[in-house]
This record gives sequence, C-alpha cells and structure tokens, in this order.
Amino acid sequence: MSELLYRATNLTKRYEERTVVDVASLEIERGEILALVGPSGAGKSTLLRLLALLEAPTSGSLQFQGVEVAMGGARPSLAMRRQLTMVFQRPLLLNRNVTANIEYGLRLRGLKAKERVAQVLEQLGLTDLARANARNLSGGEAQRVSLARAMVLETPILLLDEPTANLDPYNVSLIENAIRSINQQRAATVVIVTHNVFQARRLAHRTALLLDGHLVETLPTEAFFNAPDDARTAAFVRGDMVY
Amino acid sequence: MFGKSLIEALRLILQADTALANVIAVSLQVVGISLVIASALGIPLGIFLGLKRFVGKRLVIALLYTGMGFPPVVVGLFVYMLLSRSGPLGQLGSPLVPALYSTGAMIMAQIIISFPLVAGFTMAAVLGLDSHLRLQLHALGATSWQALWTMLVEARVGVLIAVIAGFGSIISEVGAVMMVGGNIEGSTRTLTTAIVLETRKGEFSMAMALGLILLLISFIANAAMLRLQGKALDQ
Amino acid sequence: MRKLSVLIVCVLLLSLGLSACSPAAPAETAVPESAAEPTKAPAADAEPTKDLPQHTAGRLILATTTSTQDSGLLDDILPDFEKEFGVKVDVIAVGSGEAMRLGQAGDADVLLVHSPKAEKEYMDGGHGTRREDVMYNDFVIIGPADDPVGIKGMSVADALRMLADSGAEFLSRADKSGTNAKEIALWEANGIDPNSAFIVKTGLGMGDLLTMAQEKQAYTLSDRATYLSRVKGGLDLVVLVEGDKALFNPYGVITVNPEKNDMIQADLATKFVDWIISVPVQEKISQYGVEEYGGALFTPDSALWRESKGQ
Repeated sequence: MSELLYRATNLTKRYEERTVVDVASLEIERGEILALVGPSGAGKSTLLRLLALLEAPTSGSLQFQGVEVAMGGARPSLAMRRQLTMVFQRPLLLNRNVTANIEYGLRLRGLKAKERVAQVLEQLGLTDLARANARNLSGGEAQRVSLARAMVLETPILLLDEPTANLDPYNVSLIENAIRSINQQRAATVVIVTHNVFQARRLAHRTALLLDGHLVETLPTEAFFNAPDDARTAAFVRGDMVY
Repeated sequence: MFGKSLIEALRLILQADTALANVIAVSLQVVGISLVIASALGIPLGIFLGLKRFVGKRLVIALLYTGMGFPPVVVGLFVYMLLSRSGPLGQLGSPLVPALYSTGAMIMAQIIISFPLVAGFTMAAVLGLDSHLRLQLHALGATSWQALWTMLVEARVGVLIAVIAGFGSIISEVGAVMMVGGNIEGSTRTLTTAIVLETRKGEFSMAMALGLILLLISFIANAAMLRLQGKALDQ
Repeated sequence: MRKLSVLIVCVLLLSLGLSACSPAAPAETAVPESAAEPTKAPAADAEPTKDLPQHTAGRLILATTTSTQDSGLLDDILPDFEKEFGVKVDVIAVGSGEAMRLGQAGDADVLLVHSPKAEKEYMDGGHGTRREDVMYNDFVIIGPADDPVGIKGMSVADALRMLADSGAEFLSRADKSGTNAKEIALWEANGIDPNSAFIVKTGLGMGDLLTMAQEKQAYTLSDRATYLSRVKGGLDLVVLVEGDKALFNPYGVITVNPEKNDMIQADLATKFVDWIISVPVQEKISQYGVEEYGGALFTPDSALWRESKGQ
C-alpha cells in the first residue's frame, strides 16, 4: 500500500475570476479509499474532475502515476484515462435500457462481458430492471445503474461524486457495500466525495476536508474524527461548522 | 371542384403519366440531394455550436437564426445573381459551378434554404442535453469521437426533427426553384412550380391534383422519418 | 404560394357553399394591392385627402395579365378611375387563362385580357355579360444581338421557319397566357409543331422568361411593353422581327356575369368598362410610355376611339 497514484502540488482551478480549487498538497495511494468531505461549494466535485483527468488545472502540478498531466505536461492519453472511471453526482444515464447503459463503457472498449454485466446487475439489485428504460427509473434505481455502469469496467481507480445523495438507507448500504467489496476484492482505489461525515467514517481509510477550495488536512479516518490537528476539522466533524 | 381534383389526382397517379413522373422525379431528386448535403453540413455545425465555446459564437447563432427565417425567394435571387452570366460564379464558366436553369442551381438554392434550419434545430437538440453528459462519457472511457457519436444518438429525436424541418422548408418551396430552375418542362419543373403554372393557366383541378400528390409525398416522407425516430418517441 | 393557398381556401369554402369572399372577408386582403396605391397623382388633384374619398362604395377586382401589370400602364391610369368613382381597384395579375378562370369562378368583377380565341369561348360560355375592344400592343421576336440564326428583318413566317430549321433554342412561356396563345397560333399558322424539341417550355411569366432568355442568349417572343421596360433595366437582347400584322395583340375588357354570385360588383364593372373605352382614357393610353420609352406601348382601339378618329 505504498505506491503513489496521485501527487498534487499547488494545484489550482479557476473559472473566470473565481478560484474553485487551490490545493497545496495531496497524495493518494493505490488501493486506498479516500473520502473528500466538506460543505457544498467547497470545490469537492471540481477536484474530483481534475483527478479524473477530465479538466485541465489552471496552475500547479498534478502527477498521475508519475506522469505530469497539468499545464506543460502531457495530455492524458486514452490508455491513462481508461484506468479510471468517474461517476457524476447526477446519474447521467443514456436513453436506452438498463443493460445497454451498463454495457456502454464496455462497448467503448470493444468488450462484451456478459457475465460481468449480469454480476453487477445482481450485486446492485438491478436484475429485475435489466430491460427497463433508463428514463423510467426512480432516483435510487438510476443512481445504482450509474454506479453499476462504472463498476462493470473494473478500472483500478473509481472516482465517485456523492454516490448516495438523496437515497434511502437501504440503497445507501447497498451502494456502500458494493464500494467496499471492489476495494477489498480488486484492491481498487476509490476517491469518494461526500458531504456526509458518517459515510466517510464508515468507508474511508483516509479522509480529507476541503473548505473554500483549500485542503485543510488529510488524515487517517480514525484520527480525522477523534484527534484532528486543525480546529476547523473538529468543528466540521461536530457538525457546528457555520457555512 | 374538390372532388373533381381528387379524381383527377387519382387518375394522374394511376395513369403513370410520364410528364408527371418526370416532375415527381425532379422534385424528389432536388429535395433529396439538397437535404442530404444540408444535413451533412448542418448536423455537424449544429453539434459544434451546441458544444463548443468560441469567440463570435453569438454572431454565428444570430446569423443562423436569421437564415432560418430568411425568405426563400431572396435566397433564389442571391443564387441567381451568383450564377448569372454576369455574376461572380457564372463568369468563371467552371464545370464545378452549376449552370443557371439546371437542377444543380436548384439544389444549391435549396441547400442554402434548409441548411440553417437543420443546423439550428440540431444545435437546440444538443443544447437540450445535460451539460455534464459529455464529461460523464469521457469519464467512462469514451474517445472524443465516441462521446460525440453518443451525444448525437442521445439527441436523435431533435436531430430528426431538424432534418424534417429542413425537408419541410424545401419540399414546399417554390419561389427560389422557380427563379433559378426556370420551371422548364422535362428538366427543372417540380411539383410546386408545376402547381403555380397550372394555377396560372386556370387549370385549378390539375393544380389541386398536383397539390394532393405533393401532400401525399410529404406525408410518406415524414411518416418514414418518424418511423426512424419512432422507437425513441415511444419510450 | 400564398396566392395559391388563398385560392385553394376560397375554392374549398365555395365548394362548401359558404360565402368566403364577402367584400370585408379578411382572406381577401392577401390579394395584391400594388395598383391601388396611386404612384403618380395627377397634379390637378393634389388635394389634402390622400386616401380614397369618403363615399367609399367598395372595391373592384380586376383580373388581368402579368404583362399588363408589368408594363406599368395600370399604375398610370387606374388612380383616375379610383378618384372619380371613389372605389379601390384591386388588380390580380395572372395569366390570361387564370384571369378568365377567376372570372368563371366569380372571383373577379372585370377582366382585362388578351387572348381573342379564349375570350370568345368565355363569352360563348355565358361567363361574361359584355366584351369591348380596348387597345392593342404588338409582339416582337427578340434574340441575341449577334443573331446567330440570322432572322433579323424577316417576315414572321420566314423567321419562324428559319428558327425551326436551325434548331436554335426558342423559349416558350408554355403557360396558356395570351402571349403563349399567340405564339402557338403563330407556330401552327406556319406549319410548325408547337411541341418541337427546340421550343423550351418554361412555364414562366414574361419578365422571368426575358431574364432566362438573356442568360441563355436564346430567342423568344415578347410583348413590346414588357420588352421595352426590361431594356431600360439592362436587357441586351434586341428586336429582330416586328411590325408584321400577325404580331398584333388585341386587349379586351369583359364584365363578369353577375349571376355567378351576389358579391360581384356588376354596376362598378360596367362603369369601369365605360370608363376605359371612353375617349379621354383612350387618349391617355395612347400617351403612355412616350415620355419614358420614346414610343407608345399601346395603341387605343375602342369603338368610341375609332369613331372619334373617324375610322
């Protein structure tokens, strides 16, 4: 558990005049589950998109597996990009049936892994919905399909943006179990953005707090909740952070 | 009068009159080729405008919207002046420039008429997609082309409507094809110009009969295109 | 297209037995109104009341040919009639065939056309109540200035035969217009098949046809008025054959049979006929175009005019 996957140094992302992300230092190791917590608008989703190599940073350095991909570096290759999958907060499903949605990423790679599809459907409780059109799903169902679509690719890295927002407890635990199992069985690296500190505590090996685009601190989850270095972390964990 | 026209229309169709067949063939040929080219140009432009940000985009869109409502006769006049013996293109005498009073000239005018509609409606269809969809597709490992293709498939209902709108704008068009085609019997006479001619001749039932045939062709074409998107609409 | 759809709507409604074409019916506003706007107001009548007089009695629908309209004659003389009788004249400029068809359907009140044979059939069919000679103009055979076939100065008969033998492109309106009727009569009188391959059947109005002839440098038959007005606009085709009696083109005015429907302005139509054949108006017709083109475009020919000239 010591191979370094990401190293971000003075990484910023600006939209017009607004700096959304300004991270002095962040390292992510292969095989860990890292939770990014923070209030809404803290820049969690933007940071995740930077890690997903979907957007170019404005300044600073971002090394992915030792390759510089920020300004001045190489443009992320397709092979590089295909090592990771990101799931957006909103389930952006295609206007097709559930199976076709889940097969989408496989088809992009010229694969047709029927067994994997069936397995993921089973794992996320979607088997009965395999033929349903994605348009007719409930919120929870759609979010599960969105996760299944990413999980079926079995990429070494999975980036999840609020995968359980607005879900009922049953769906939350179903999804959390799925995340845990891919981390344990395939040693996949998972970065999960959540505003829910309890979810971070349940899932993550390490937890990081993001405030106004700045990374306050990154600690092993146990320490993050019980003995944080920063007073702001303690306040956020207690739930009396004013934001 | 109306009944008589119906009977006349049926009689014309059943007789398989060669002159009528020719008029229909010219109409279909001109509209078909124009629509294929206008779509080949307009759909990519519409997608581009729907996805990309660039300097002057507003101006391009404003021009496109103007083009969508532009009177076809003015387009006809424009093409006429280009292709005229004294016009900038006509003077070249190049084999690449269609001659005035030919189907080539009519196709040129109809492309200009339908292209903004196809591009504009395609753009609207693409803009209707979720703004994050493209990133999500990339995040699932799509190449730029794969993402673009998926977006096009996702916007298929809107894109087909764009093509149907383009079709509608030129199958019924008469001013421009009359001006640059010349309504020559056996070569550039279309259903619409034939209708104008028959009306001017006072042959109202013949004109109505041709109108009914035009209506029928338009209906069949639209029904066929709707079939293409039918699956998408049903779901 | 709009004109066509208005016609179709009217035809549809008529067939349903509805009175769609009442004078106030909004559908009728689509009828061209260019002639209703006096372009040249006579100096003597420079009154402040620019609009029509207060006792507006209605509107007269005059169906005539595109060539008449294109010549500009109507813009010159109709304002006088409108002023004198306090009516608005709506000019529908179509082919002679369509004009008579409109009359037959009761959609026009009075016709000004030039297709003697068709006019006779129209009268014989009981669709009109009165026909009067109005005037005539003449046709000219025009073509490229270098005249590749070499018909310049020939008689009509010789010129047409030369054209047929040479196979040079001759553009025909092929639209049953008065001009087209004249052309066909000329071919037939000289033993030439009007469906010969060298005759390009265009289905265009006179103005558009001249444009095409210009572009293709082809031969064609035109009325002199339209031809002259286009020469002013840069047409470089020249008159090759003219003056032959066979090229005369008489215009007739016809009142539509008021029995067709009760919206027909029979009274006004009669007044219009009396007015246009009257000597002062005939005099004005004889002057039209002299200033602008250096020659009269029409020769007055009403019975009253001939009488006044002692012919």
